[in-house]
Amino acid sequence: MKYVLIGNGVATIGAIEGIRKHDRQGRIVAIGSEASAPYGRPLISYLLAGKISPDQLALRPDEFYRKSDVELRLGTTVSAIDCAARTVTTSTGEKIDYDRLLVSTGGKPFTPPIRGADGPDVYNFTNLDHAQTMISLAKDIQKAVVVGGGLIGLKAAESLFDRGVEVSILELSPRILSLAFDANAARLAARRLDEVGLSVHCGVTAQHIDRDAAGRVRGVKCTDGTYIPTEIVVIAIGVVPNTDLAEAAGLRVDRGIVVDDLMRTSDENVFAAGDVAQAKDLLHDENRVVPIWTNAYSQGYCAGKNMASRATPYIGGLAMNSISFYGLPTISVGTVNPPEGEEGYDVEASLDERKQTYRKLVFHDNRLVGYVLVGDIDQAGLYTSFIKFQLNLTPEMRQSLSQGHPDVLLWPDRFFDDTWNPNWVDKD
Amino acid sequence: MKRVYPNREYCIGCHLCELACITAHSESGDLIIAYTQEREAAGLSPCKKIFQKGSECVAISCRHCDDPSCVAACISGALHKDPETGETVYDRGKCVGCWSCLMACPYGAIRRHPVESKIVKCDLCRGREEGPACVQACPNQALKYEDRDE
Ligand SMILES: Cc1cc2nc3c(=O)[nH]c(=O)nc-3n(C[C@H](O)[C@H](O)[C@H](O)COP(=O)(O)OP(=O)(O)OC[C@H]3O[C@@H](n4cnc5c(N)ncnc54)[C@H](O)[C@@H]3O)c2cc1C
Ligand code: SF4
Ligand code: SF4
Repeated sequence: MKYVLIGNGVATIGAIEGIRKHDRQGRIVAIGSEASAPYGRPLISYLLAGKISPDQLALRPDEFYRKSDVELRLGTTVSAIDCAARTVTTSTGEKIDYDRLLVSTGGKPFTPPIRGADGPDVYNFTNLDHAQTMISLAKDIQKAVVVGGGLIGLKAAESLFDRGVEVSILELSPRILSLAFDANAARLAARRLDEVGLSVHCGVTAQHIDRDAAGRVRGVKCTDGTYIPTEIVVIAIGVVPNTDLAEAAGLRVDRGIVVDDLMRTSDENVFAAGDVAQAKDLLHDENRVVPIWTNAYSQGYCAGKNMASRATPYIGGLAMNSISFYGLPTISVGTVNPPEGEEGYDVEASLDERKQTYRKLVFHDNRLVGYVLVGDIDQAGLYTSFIKFQLNLTPEMRQSLSQGHPDVLLWPDRFFDDTWNPNWVDKD
Repeated sequence: MKRVYPNREYCIGCHLCELACITAHSESGDLIIAYTQEREAAGLSPCKKIFQKGSECVAISCRHCDDPSCVAACISGALHKDPETGETVYDRGKCVGCWSCLMACPYGAIRRHPVESKIVKCDLCRGREEGPACVQACPNQALKYEDRDE
């Protein structure tokens, strides 16, 4: 069996580990455009902030690839997939054949049409090259505007700020982190950023990037009419699935590459995983693109097992984010904003503005389906258990959760024993 | 592989496993110094968590899962599965303290280190000849260290 994996992101790492769990013999070739071995993509903000050094980026040590017997092809872009012939072609014209293929080409930065965006001094922040470019830039610039107040935008802003750059963040929604957070959590986070000195502008975005006669950026005209002088603009709104290759190969693509419960695409020898895939979601009946790290790894891992012919259904992704803002930790999991007008949802929240702590639990019918924690996050994992294992809640369980005490002893006895103490035998 | 299995019917919530755990993971190797000094000064914390509900207790720690959620969540590669031993291994030097693993582990087996941006997680007392200290310390045989793989 020969496996070819396209991407070299975390989904690819998951796939290698999934394949090798069941197949020690088959050949694995992992191909990626970037020059470095798979690295922790979220770590690029730590690198830009100066919190880690480049040698800490690698997701797995070098010997991992040797021990797992993986041929790593770095700096190599796949330009075409031929599903009928079962080959991929690289941009240098080389043809590589496969028995099973994984497409994990990730996301590409989403760039809305902004007048003046084409040209120098406008950047994205999604890969190591971008981070390195910004590290060298940060020495020479005083001001930056970051477009996008989601996870990536805030991370980019915070890291540039840590390099001594004065940063303004523009967010079109009425609040930052509108996807992962509710209004209370967003307010606490925004306050923390504000205290530190980052300026956050919500409800506005860039209308026009203003350039001088030489074509260099000198400011941003916002939709509310304000003008912010700046030397660079970082567009960090998020990513959209990088489906070009899959589409050209005739694979079924909706918002992302559509996969079945085994992570298989419309071609039986081709699998997809990660930010590029539209896969099953634990809490929703439809397939979704949920571009987060944990899902990318888990999908890759599941795809890997299935590629190695060990039929393993994907349990479904669960949206989750853990982000800290200058010492204020926040975690959000699952459905944090009940869909408007839908029945059966119930929210319990407790906010302490002074202590900067917040806990919000979202219930649907008899289950916990989402939560947000700000400040005090230590119980997060056990809240996750109730969502992930889809445990039906008795009134007693629900009361304990609402009081901030998720507890393993609240689990149903059978489930508890199967998890923690299967096959106990008294020997004496 | 051998894992630590807790029994909620035998556990009396005495916290001796926690004490044994911090001693085993202390600089001094001495219970009194670990408890009275290192806890305070260095944030020494146990890898165990003890839950109590009515008369029922249990002491849990990392299960070294076959398909660990923490490894899927770890953004730095600090957590990985050792394919040879099956342990879920934590590399403290790589950890950036993002708390993704703490959020993802549905067994509540990960703690934040109280003073550093690092986590605290059971390592099965790696390198300790007698095996996990908690199991050895339990006065009621509520913890067993056994291979129960099928
Ligand atoms: C700054 C930043 C911070 C983030 N922080 C978090 C976080 O804290 N938590 C979280 O859950 N998520 C976070 N994310 C999102 C997370 O990084 C992604 O969900 C994850 O990296 C997706 O992994 P992937 O393997 O699907 O794809 P990617 O990591 O996007 O990797 C895909 C790779 O495929 C390569 N590629 C594309 N096309 C080809 C081709 N034709 N041939 C060869 N190679 C190709 C690309 O160059 C890329 O390297 C963050 C993202 C960014 C940018
Ligand atoms: S930390 Fe949690 S998810 Fe990871 S191996 Fe231990 S119990 Fe399993
Ligand atoms: S806190 Fe450390 S070990 Fe946990 S996910 Fe983050 S980097 Fe990995």
